[in-house]
Amino acid sequence: MKKGRKKLIGLAIYFFLLLLPIYWMLNMSLRTNADILSVLTLYPANPTFENYLKIFTDSSWYSGYINSIIYVTINTLISLMVALPAAYAFSRYHFVGDKQVFFWLLTNRMAPAAVFLLPFFQLYSTIGLLDTHIAVALAHCLFNVPLAVWILEGFMSGIPREIDETAFIDGYSLPRFFITIFIPLIRAGVGVTAFFCFMFSWVELLFARTLTVTNAKPIAAVMTRTISATGLDWGLMAAAGMLTLVPGALVIWFVRNHLAKGFALGRV
Amino acid sequence: MDIVLDGVSKIVNGEKHINNITLKIESDTTNVVLGHTLAGKTSLLRLMAGLDRPTTGQIVMEGKDVTGLSVRKRSVAMVYQQFVNYPSMSVYNNIASPLKMSGLSASDIDQKVRKVAAMLHIDNLLDRLPAELSGGQQQRTAIARALVKDSELLLLDEPLVNLDYKLREELQVELQDIFKERNAIVVYTTTEPSEALMLGGNIVVLDEGRVLQTGATPYVYHHPATTRVAQVFSDPPINYLPGVVHGRVARLGQGIDIPMEGHLESVPDGKYIFGVRPNHLFLTNGSGNKAEIRTKVALAEINGSETFIHVSHGDTHLVVQEDGIHPRHIGSDLAVYVNPCNFFVYNETGHLLASPFQCE
Repeated sequence: MKKGRKKLIGLAIYFFLLLLPIYWMLNMSLRTNADILSVLTLYPANPTFENYLKIFTDSSWYSGYINSIIYVTINTLISLMVALPAAYAFSRYHFVGDKQVFFWLLTNRMAPAAVFLLPFFQLYSTIGLLDTHIAVALAHCLFNVPLAVWILEGFMSGIPREIDETAFIDGYSLPRFFITIFIPLIRAGVGVTAFFCFMFSWVELLFARTLTVTNAKPIAAVMTRTISATGLDWGLMAAAGMLTLVPGALVIWFVRNHLAKGFALGRV
Repeated sequence: MDIVLDGVSKIVNGEKHINNITLKIESDTTNVVLGHTLAGKTSLLRLMAGLDRPTTGQIVMEGKDVTGLSVRKRSVAMVYQQFVNYPSMSVYNNIASPLKMSGLSASDIDQKVRKVAAMLHIDNLLDRLPAELSGGQQQRTAIARALVKDSELLLLDEPLVNLDYKLREELQVELQDIFKERNAIVVYTTTEPSEALMLGGNIVVLDEGRVLQTGATPYVYHHPATTRVAQVFSDPPINYLPGVVHGRVARLGQGIDIPMEGHLESVPDGKYIFGVRPNHLFLTNGSGNKAEIRTKVALAEINGSETFIHVSHGDTHLVVQEDGIHPRHIGSDLAVYVNPCNFFVYNETGHLLASPFQCE
């Protein structure tokens, strides 16, 4: 009993420390700039939704969120669609150089993103892809596809090959087996993979900012607008930050059960 | 439909899993493939199913070469040693899945699924997922899925080996009846001689990727052509005693003399290997016409209703299988009795010369 209580107190302190910056941001987002800069308060004395209101009414702000969500979704879909067949091939077939190719995929994640920046910028401006959602989505595939293949291969290798064979004996074609039997079996893996693709793409700033100008400008880039000649707009920036957390929190909420299983089973 | 394997070999990473097998299996027969673990039983079934392609040789079905034909285009069903079902489908959908692929109408599918489910006593479990079933029920589902489509070739790879004793016996009896009713080639692999005898039909004795002997199961049991076949087809393993025949008397082991009468009569003088099954070694002389073997007890294994006594006779290790419980002290002397009419006689290269018949 005593031990349990000690543990509880320890966890409570840990939780408090973790939440402190987020609480502070929430605190700031509900106050005006003058208020923020004048006194230190633990909670907003006169809470105001002005900052949030500005974000929801100013199209240059909310379009940042929409842009981010669009390219993140496109990226997650492309990554999954490419990685599922690739991971199946790596998991089920032996071909010349399969292990080398598998490792080579991973090495794409080892180089810093900045290395790829210039070639991407050059290429995209040549073929006119600059400042489109698909440009950012494709660029993020460079990192997300290898990760997705790596995670999914782990899940797929956990499914006995005999299930594939039984399905072929039963007369399933490969695509039909894959969609109706195999993918439901690795649901958790697909969920976890989607989560990681989403998260990476959502927080990535360098590519997203460089490859866009106005039409596909992501929220992270829009946030830098709060710095002006008159100084930082603290309240507005905190409100934007709070809203940026929301999609991530939602995705985690949806895959939370799969995530625990995914961490335990796969190679996350 | 018949199936012919013509000089089929399968080499994986330089290892010969199947070594030049030539085999003809007639239509509408039950065939047992008997062999120890790693004998190549599963490899053989996979080649027959078309899941693997032979390295060399041909597989001909009904006069048509099907060597490279995809498993999807063959009329084949298979049950694995592990319980393989589609985890995300209910038992009903699991069984129905091969029928759905063949494009039957929903009412036909329903009728067939319920019929085969009733036959395997899983008709009350149709709504469950495989994970919610016991091992026996899972394997019944897998067997039902294999039976529901009228395939011409039904392959079962040690289907009962992972089940507990009671379930295994139950299913063994049921499967015999099911196989009899089917117009298909049934190929059933097992490591257990008793299971092979129970299923009857024809047998293929497999060892290290080669076919040692084929024929009717009871015939092969009574006439194992080589010492290796007798070893594979005997559990516990058959006992061998070296012996010399001279002047109508055979001297076995350390001074055991037996007269060369009955089925032994035609064996000429020379050196031989005498084989006797563990259940033909006795602890009492009974009618008094048995030869005595002096042994020392190495181990007595009491297995419920029967006892396996491992004994040594000089350098030779013997196993006695006896009904009832016979505790023996390790190291004590034990007289074991054998009736000469129970001996198999092999020449020095291990080929059968005489096999016992009708022993009283």
